[in-house]
Amino acid sequence: MASSSHPSAPCAACKFLRRKCIQGCVFSPYFPPEDPTKFANVHKIFGASNVSKLLNEIAPHQREDAVNSLAYEAEARLKDPVYGCVGAISVLQRQVLRLQKELDATNADLIRFSIQDIDF
Amino acid sequence: MASSSTSPCAACKFLRRKCQPECVFAPYFPPDQPQKFANVHKVFGASNVTKLLNELHPHQREDAVNSLAYEADMRLRDPVYGCVGVISLLQHQLRQLQMDLSYAKSELSKYQSHNLNGSATQGLIAAAAAAAAATHHHHHHQTLGNNLIGCCGGGVVSRDHLYHHHSPFFPTRDQQTAAIRAFDVNSSYDGTTGGGAGVLAMNASTGCIGQHPQFQQPRAAGNDDRPTPIDPS
Repeated sequence: MASSSHPSAPCAACKFLRRKCIQGCVFSPYFPPEDPTKFANVHKIFGASNVSKLLNEIAPHQREDAVNSLAYEAEARLKDPVYGCVGAISVLQRQVLRLQKELDATNADLIRFSIQDIDF
Repeated sequence: MASSSTSPCAACKFLRRKCQPECVFAPYFPPDQPQKFANVHKVFGASNVTKLLNELHPHQREDAVNSLAYEADMRLRDPVYGCVGVISLLQHQLRQLQMDLSYAKSELSKYQSHNLNGSATQGLIAAAAAAAAATHHHHHHQTLGNNLIGCCGGGVVSRDHLYHHHSPFFPTRDQQTAAIRAFDVNSSYDGTTGGGAGVLAMNASTGCIGQHPQFQQPRAAGNDDRPTPIDPS
């Protein structure tokens, strides 16, 4: 619980890591204290120092997206420790291939019908 | 090295430590694929990977390592979105294909219901003939005529117009297949960093992350069907 005299509560990362959340904390814009699970997941899968290094290599305006995609991957990996979000890629790719085949077949039917109609 | 019966695995070589007989990494990080471990270590860290593997049954570990290697590879190629960018892309393609298919089927049903008069049929024939003659490149798909939707074999290419706003580069279906082929749970890791997987590392539209409803609920593969290796054929 943040004290009322504290100007801002520590971010979820610093709370988790039990350290002082300093002014320029790299995590604080992206790990608000109201969502402790987000950092806990990311830390468990990637590790705080890896995330920190990654963020430092990314332009500031892209960091929010990067953190959110890491959080997504971490959550997926915790739910499916064997495949993580790669399982979703596998399923989606099969669906895309299946639909593409079906679309090709439907287009082929359309061509056939139109050719039949041309036969005077 | 010549006197030892087995060379150290890629992990122990990287970490500069003795590769013990019971090394947890050794079965999955052979010494001839140093990049695989280097990538995984950079993104996840060796100790996180050890913990992950120790929580799995031995028969699941190879798949787990290969999927981690794929994720790590994607993250290094696209530090902002990683393989979440691939998911975004595939979901977009799927939605587009669903729309195209639904439209194509409705066009087909016009033929099948036999309720066309002569002039309408002529219009459809002309459109279909024009579409058949049209090239696939740089055509707005609606100019192909209403009948042929997302034309055969180049369905992705014919939708160029949709992606110019999002990305200057859009992979063809072959490149996309190559990228997914780079991940194959049953085969050894494709360690080539210069392979086709790179093309899918482009940044997805920034509107996708956090706003797309699918991202809010990552699905475990087990909820659906068990993931099997992508069959490129």
